[in-house]
Amino acid sequence: MSDPILQVKGLKKHFEGSTGLMGRKKFTIKAVDGIDFEVGRGETVGLVGESGCGKTTAGRTIMRLYDPTAGEIIYDGQDLAKATSKDLKALRSQMQMIFQDPYASLNPRHTVGKIIAAPFEIHGVEPVGGVHKEVQMLLERVGLNPEHINRFPHEFSGGQRQRIGIARALALRPKLIIADEPVSALDVSIQAQVVNLLDDLQDEFGLSYVFVAHDLSVVQHISDRVVVMYLGKVMEIAPTESLFKSPHHPYTKALLSAVPVPDPEIERKRERIVMNGELPSPANPPQGCVFNTRCWKAQDICRTTAPDLLQIGGSQVACHFPE
Amino acid sequence: MKPFLEVKNLSVSFQTEDGVVRATDDVSFSVNLGETLAIVGESGSGKSVSSMAIMGLHNPKRTEIHGEIFLNLESGSVEINSAEEEVIRKLRGNQMAMIFQDPMSSLHPYYTINNQISEAWLLHNKGDKKAARARTLEMLDLVGIPDPHKRIDEYPHQFSGGMRQRVMIAMALVNNPKLLIADEPTTALDVTVQAEILALIQEMQKEFNTAVLLITHDMGVVAEVADRINVMYAGRLVEQGAVDDVFYRPAHPYTVGLLGSIPRVDEFHGKRLKTINGQPPSLIALPQGCAFRERCEFASHVPGNLCATTRPESTLKADSHQSRCHLNLAEVSAISAQRSAN
Repeated sequence: MSDPILQVKGLKKHFEGSTGLMGRKKFTIKAVDGIDFEVGRGETVGLVGESGCGKTTAGRTIMRLYDPTAGEIIYDGQDLAKATSKDLKALRSQMQMIFQDPYASLNPRHTVGKIIAAPFEIHGVEPVGGVHKEVQMLLERVGLNPEHINRFPHEFSGGQRQRIGIARALALRPKLIIADEPVSALDVSIQAQVVNLLDDLQDEFGLSYVFVAHDLSVVQHISDRVVVMYLGKVMEIAPTESLFKSPHHPYTKALLSAVPVPDPEIERKRERIVMNGELPSPANPPQGCVFNTRCWKAQDICRTTAPDLLQIGGSQVACHFPE
Repeated sequence: MKPFLEVKNLSVSFQTEDGVVRATDDVSFSVNLGETLAIVGESGSGKSVSSMAIMGLHNPKRTEIHGEIFLNLESGSVEINSAEEEVIRKLRGNQMAMIFQDPMSSLHPYYTINNQISEAWLLHNKGDKKAARARTLEMLDLVGIPDPHKRIDEYPHQFSGGMRQRVMIAMALVNNPKLLIADEPTTALDVTVQAEILALIQEMQKEFNTAVLLITHDMGVVAEVADRINVMYAGRLVEQGAVDDVFYRPAHPYTVGLLGSIPRVDEFHGKRLKTINGQPPSLIALPQGCAFRERCEFASHVPGNLCATTRPESTLKADSHQSRCHLNLAEVSAISAQRSAN
């Protein structure tokens, strides 16, 4: 890819923990264990996988909400992993985050006006026409009534609160937005409204998105490319249509086969791939390919050697025996 | 034969500081043994409130319940709403059982799995702890928990989300209930685990000929497991019918909108999602007439001011497929077809 806005190279985030009597047993959770992907300008990259696969940790580490254990996060040519807190503050005005829970991510004691204006205050920016006018413009842009600027979060519904979160993320005109499960707490009809809003804003402001979600239907709809994660590793990266129509990695195939389609006739005919066993603990991931314990194609090499992410057509796949 | 569960004109309202919340209004439906009825709708549409009423779980001091809920047992019918608490307690967990969205908060963290499932069995059966343990083991094995002899003495936190939901199902089915109410049983689970749990519920249903009432917001899950569907909106049942009727011939504009707004993994049009504009009304101040009219794209096709003045009653008279709209199925279908052609 020429001139991507974000390059993630060999990114690792390990958490240390302890257990047992007096916390003497130490262990390491390898939440993100060496992932590589890129995000092009104006592109939406979906980050999917089951709970515990490291997708949220990856998103937060890219924002430097966590300090990475290893690897590079190159935003617009600059490595965030090495950036000082002063550099970071400047860079963060260009990258913003939208969170899952619209109830927990807005301060209940602040008015909507104050919440959306916070980025201006923190970064010492005075928008043309003044803060008040800009906030009203942002409210209007995300589909809220600008007259409601003095209301508090509890006076809004879940979907409206998510719009407030989006307005706040847009305030400084960022180039990259990391959206962590932005629509999973919303009802279906409201979810569609917010997905369309994110689509419109992308065109209007030339945004790039990293869209972290577990709902593959939504990811399929919104993403240009999809990164599939399992136990802290990337299994497959592919353009959306090719990933959903002809997945190369056995895990991707199994994951997709589990998603129910809202169509009774298709559901009656469908065969599901049942994976062996349960998700292993990220504190003790399997040797070799992390997916080998649940994979129906696993051979000896899968138990000893972790596969590299290799190019197959337009996709990148980490598997010794791709489909 | 009578259906196992019959709900007739159920209305549930709560007294709150802000006023009376009409959570469900005039809801009627039935579920046969061996059948799965799905109730779908958005948050606040009255799905869970209806199921709580069936289980007799509402606090009578704060809740006003009108209507009748019949459980047609072999020994005769029982009407839940007027029954004594003592009678309901004998039915709950025995003839009817419930599984919830979050198994972690429905299992007691301090007690072992054996303790909790045995307790449920001992409440309704004569037998000692040894017999209860044997029954618990049998259930854990049945719901596919590996190594049940070891895991029976573990605590809930030692189980994964999917395994915990299996424990909940084992506990719910320990007394062979005739009715299983599953309230968003897979919403907190990953899709791969969801597929396993849905398959388990279906397998158990086949084995015991259970009537299943599935409450969900996920139309994919509905398409996978339901025989019939109830669509709820703002406390009212707006459409009910067989799964194919509702998916392929939706008769209510809300159902049309709901089905249109779901992205699908098997469609690649890259177009904007269709949406239902606006938000559901407040249950404290429901508008006159049809509760959906302010969001309805079909309302302009209804003559006069009917939607604003008159609450619609069923327009499809056949038992199997009913809708509460001033437009009938043919009119809704024609308008939908015209819209998608444009």
